Amino acid sequence: MSGFGNLFRTTAFKLSLFYLAVFAITIFLTLGYVAWNAQRLVHAQMISTIDAEITGLAEQFERGGTRRLVGVVNRRSRSPGASLYLIATREGRPIAGNVEALSPELLARVGQHNIEYERVGDDGRPARVHRAIVRIYHLPGGNRLLVGRDIEEQQRLGEIIRRAFGWSLLLVGVFGGLGGWAVSKRMLKRVEDMTATTQDIMAGDLDGRLAIKGTGDELDRLALALNAMLDRINELMTGMRQVSDNIAHDLKTPLTRLRNRADEALRNATTPDELRSALESAIEESDNLIRVFNALLMIARLEAGNAVDLTAECDAAEIVSGVVELYEAVAEEAGIPLEAAIEPHLPVHGSRELLGQALANLIDNAIKYGDSREGGNMAGPITVTARRNGDRILITVADRGPGIPAEDRERVRERFVRLENSRTRPGFGLGLSLVNAVARLHEGDFRLEDNAPGLSATLDLPASGNA
Amino acid sequence: MKILIIEDDQEAAAYLAKALREVGHVVDHAADGLDGYGLAEAGEYDILIVDRMLPKLDGLSLIRSLREQGVSTPVLILSALGQVDDRVKGLRAGGDDYLPKPYAFSELLARVEVLARRRGATAESEPTRYQVGDLELDRLSRRVTRAGADIELQPREFRLLEYLMKHAGQVVTRTMLLENVWDYHFDPQTNVIDVHVSRLRAKIDKGFERTLLHTIRGAGYMVREPNARDAGAREAGRSA
Repeated sequence: MSGFGNLFRTTAFKLSLFYLAVFAITIFLTLGYVAWNAQRLVHAQMISTIDAEITGLAEQFERGGTRRLVGVVNRRSRSPGASLYLIATREGRPIAGNVEALSPELLARVGQHNIEYERVGDDGRPARVHRAIVRIYHLPGGNRLLVGRDIEEQQRLGEIIRRAFGWSLLLVGVFGGLGGWAVSKRMLKRVEDMTATTQDIMAGDLDGRLAIKGTGDELDRLALALNAMLDRINELMTGMRQVSDNIAHDLKTPLTRLRNRADEALRNATTPDELRSALESAIEESDNLIRVFNALLMIARLEAGNAVDLTAECDAAEIVSGVVELYEAVAEEAGIPLEAAIEPHLPVHGSRELLGQALANLIDNAIKYGDSREGGNMAGPITVTARRNGDRILITVADRGPGIPAEDRERVRERFVRLENSRTRPGFGLGLSLVNAVARLHEGDFRLEDNAPGLSATLDLPASGNA
Repeated sequence: MKILIIEDDQEAAAYLAKALREVGHVVDHAADGLDGYGLAEAGEYDILIVDRMLPKLDGLSLIRSLREQGVSTPVLILSALGQVDDRVKGLRAGGDDYLPKPYAFSELLARVEVLARRRGATAESEPTRYQVGDLELDRLSRRVTRAGADIELQPREFRLLEYLMKHAGQVVTRTMLLENVWDYHFDPQTNVIDVHVSRLRAKIDKGFERTLLHTIRGAGYMVREPNARDAGAREAGRSA
């Protein structure tokens, strides 16, 4: 029952019904027009035949009077498929012809009439009553001449057309209905399949996809679009799951360390100094965790994109030289020269704080990971350049360290991704994610490239208009 | 010092009040914006510590109203919103300093003391010379001498020393140095400040028996005359 209910509610079924009605009306009008025209044509032909006969008979009458006319009528009456003829006296008594006697009142009315008549049978007995169209003519001397055509044929034609009419309507109804039902059912089945698949996906079968029939119709296109959407959602969810897995993992390690130290201090520390130092290291560890959360929150807010006012204009040259100056001492301490080549006045729209932070992360990374001495080479240098290229401002931090393999360059921008060889160093793998978020927020680009050897990290920002 | 804490989180307020009392301050607490406004308007406090998110009257509106009423008590804003723009908004509303939560108590204490001192200093104009022991800094001629001998400093080192000497006897945290000397409010990832301070120390303390630039463990740095013991400072050792 509800299945039928569904069927009647489908768009396809409603469309079918609509087309069915339009089709039926079309057939009605077409057949009606044909029938009307055919009837009219046949009628006109009859009239002209009758007129021709009357003209002919009138000629005969003029030539040979009643006698000749009677002869001609009798001859014509006997030929097959003959018209109707009657010559009668003023009183209605038949003289010649193939029609039984008609009332004198009828015969008195000159002109065209639609009458019922009986044909004179071959055996002399009257046949059944027919309808005819006749023309009545008064001969000089008072006799009546009637010429006509049976219209039984014409009526049968009408009957045939009416029947064809009925059948067509019936067939259109049956086939149209069936067709509509089939199309709707097929449509309904596909839509129901889609609904079922969607429900499966919602229930947790995240790899489920809608079936594609390959016909390229609108349902296929819809299914393709929905599948693409599901793929994208899956991708995002996987990313998210990875991030939360990473968060859980990367935060668990320092928390465990924190807990173990506190536990150990509780068991083994005896002097206030020992307890104090255990507490201090616990605080330090928690501070690190807080920094991680701050960085995470900051990245999330930057990615949301509405938290920071970026209308202020700042000078990238000033930012770069400031941050370089801040890190110069650290680099020197680490034994890596930090060299800077900064073009003067590089205006960008954005946040001095965020750009400074991004650059600080890059330089900090270069100092931490750009040390090539493990490979036996000379250390550094780290070069920081800031220059203008058309309407772009390019800030590059390049080191001579081991670099990042091409296949990992995309991945390292994600949160908490740390490459194997950096696992042993301090850090949480958020630095480049933050740089990436800052670049995107400033409608810029963040590129990691091969410095052959080493890594070249570039912030590519749009220069502000009034340079 | 008399301090008013306006903070709706009871536990956080109790922790902060207890810690501040331990180092010798007198502390009052208001749990919502309106109560806080009432207490602060009387103007009997040296410092207001105001949380940004408060019931009834939010922190920034409270500060704005106080400033409109002519109350100039220094305000330290506390906020769980530690991002770039929030700080700017806080300072624009009339706050004097901004500290994102969670904070280290040593950081808060250092800032509170600097704020309180600044209040006292606003009356007289800033001195043109600072002197701590035999270390002298002249802000006009930009000369630094120790025991009469000139010390060559880079411009940034000069500003670093200037800031430390301006707050001589007070703990100055690494974040405060980054904010006030470099004007950056981000997390520098590494010990950049430590490296700069140790270079400065090498220039001003090296070769002298008495050191003036001290590392306050777990808090920051302090420039202090030898022998002058500050009650609030907990010197635990120094690193080279």
